[in-house]
Amino acid sequence: MALNTATKIAADPGGDGVGTGRPAPVPRRGRRRSTGEWVADVLVVAVLSVLAIATLYPFLFELTISLSSAGDTQQPGLHILPMHPTVAAWHAVLSSSGILHAYLNTIVRTAAATAITLVLTAMMAYPLAQRTFPHRRVLNFLLLFSLLFSGGFIPLFLLVKNLGLLDSRWSLILPGAVGAMNVILMRNFFQAIPAELIDAARTDGASEMRILFTIVLPLSKPVLAVVGLWTALANWNAWFDALLYINDPHKQVLQMFIRNTVVTQANPILSGTNPGFLDSASTTQSLSAAAVMIATLPIIVLYPFLQKYFARGILLGSVKG
Amino acid sequence: MRPSMPTATTTVRSRFDGGRLERMARSYWRHRYLIAMFLPGFAVFALFAYGPLYGILIAFKDYSVIRGIGGSPWVGMANFTGLFSGPEFLHALRNTAIFAGLNIVVLFPAPIILALILSECRWKWFVRVVQTISYLPHFISWVVLAGILFQFFGQLGAVNAVLHVFGLPSQSWMYQPGKFYVIYVFSAIWAGIGWGAIIYIAALAGVDPELYEAARVDGASRLQRIRHVSLPGIAPTVSIMFLLQIAHFLAVGFDQIYNLMTPITQDSADILDTYVLRHVMSYDFSQGMAASLFQSVLGLLMVYIGNRVVRRLEPDQSLW
Repeated sequence: MALNTATKIAADPGGDGVGTGRPAPVPRRGRRRSTGEWVADVLVVAVLSVLAIATLYPFLFELTISLSSAGDTQQPGLHILPMHPTVAAWHAVLSSSGILHAYLNTIVRTAAATAITLVLTAMMAYPLAQRTFPHRRVLNFLLLFSLLFSGGFIPLFLLVKNLGLLDSRWSLILPGAVGAMNVILMRNFFQAIPAELIDAARTDGASEMRILFTIVLPLSKPVLAVVGLWTALANWNAWFDALLYINDPHKQVLQMFIRNTVVTQANPILSGTNPGFLDSASTTQSLSAAAVMIATLPIIVLYPFLQKYFARGILLGSVKG
Repeated sequence: MRPSMPTATTTVRSRFDGGRLERMARSYWRHRYLIAMFLPGFAVFALFAYGPLYGILIAFKDYSVIRGIGGSPWVGMANFTGLFSGPEFLHALRNTAIFAGLNIVVLFPAPIILALILSECRWKWFVRVVQTISYLPHFISWVVLAGILFQFFGQLGAVNAVLHVFGLPSQSWMYQPGKFYVIYVFSAIWAGIGWGAIIYIAALAGVDPELYEAARVDGASRLQRIRHVSLPGIAPTVSIMFLLQIAHFLAVGFDQIYNLMTPITQDSADILDTYVLRHVMSYDFSQGMAASLFQSVLGLLMVYIGNRVVRRLEPDQSLW
């Protein structure tokens, strides 16, 4: 829903989709700024600095704990830097077979789901973008209504069960593969492509498939990037579907592995005691911190490069068509 | 070669020489390649968006896994009266309302304030850095965020270390029912404030710079400029976002709450979604479905009313 509101308001002179506020007021030459203005400037920078530091600190804290010696993790403190750095916890987590399996499952799932989503969504959105496509109004209504009302996860679970997909990797890929929001986003983007281009190709005898893949999609890279990146991220971070559909530990995804080893053990009865894969060099704290960091590292590394594409998405498409 | 798009003449002719059915058939034939392209995606969409609606029936049945949806006996409204006969559902409903209230009172204004502060900063590179940092938690799952928070707020965590510096006693933040609301608000701001601010930053970028210049010439102080130029400039965006927030009243963060709650804090943290999930886990599907349907219908009603209000205020922003 936020998508709808964003587009129409967004004036994005910078063109990077994020918008960094209005242009800086340039102080006039010879006009001295008052003390009040200076205080306000300092205050603004101070508040923003505190916010930035407060946002990053929990991540830094977790990283430090994951690299700290067993003794250090048992000491209360700010843990800004590890006092006796060690990779023992990382080593212990990486050498347990569970996390590598979970990593692989998540990579497979993310790659497959993103590819399937992009192909099926584009193939569904392109016909809907054609003004003469039969039953267009009804179909668009079905898309919109699915965003407003769903039965929740119980009937979806029963459907997946009845389809015999429990404990199958498809249960993690198919239910979310074609979402109304993505179809609407792509359809709107396709509609903005000049009709003459497509008509000319038709006159030349190009098939619809060929028009989609050689003319429309190459012109639609921004929307493909947005849908692809959000789908990949959602799949990387997904855990609830795996909680419901997957019992087989060999098919468990990364986030569920983290949840099982970290969140479920973060319990006063368990913390401080031996949770199973403890060795003398690490503690529950450093092991779970290492697991969390290992699972999150790909996002943190890729994030600075991809961040602007994600932000662009919020300003890209309108829900209404 | 594929027939060209319909022209005025073909449309007029078909109105005379064929009935509705024939025109439909013609249209299908003309679009046969597009239809073939459309169907695979549509089949997956329809199966998983509308297929589950059949399962809603179990809210009115005594569902057993062995008998299946069709074979289970009807029980009328018994599951719904069951909801309201015990304290558990009402408790979850009350908690959901509390979280929704916190969303509106605390979490809704936070990104607006951040956007206003960001727009007041003169160093644009600094604004960029702060924005990039503030989005980061939005891209990370609540499983991981909760894992980090359990350590950060833990007995040996940073929060207690800071309290210690000020001579305050340490707390077990994550394991006190009353503290759960504090944790909820803090973690929601941490994870959401930067991302939530984007839309207001975009709105502020759309405010005419000449208005600020005029205010400056008139000698307006910085707070006066915010009060009389910035705030009116983003008021339409704020009111739309506010209505959407009200319309999605019941959608309090399940991922966040479920991953942050422990058996000890369940009394404060139990919301409708976690109530439903607990019933699924104990195979009480029918009772869970009744609660879930109650939530869906109420949610749809709120969205409908919200959209009607939006349509009256700003027709461009309405959903339909």
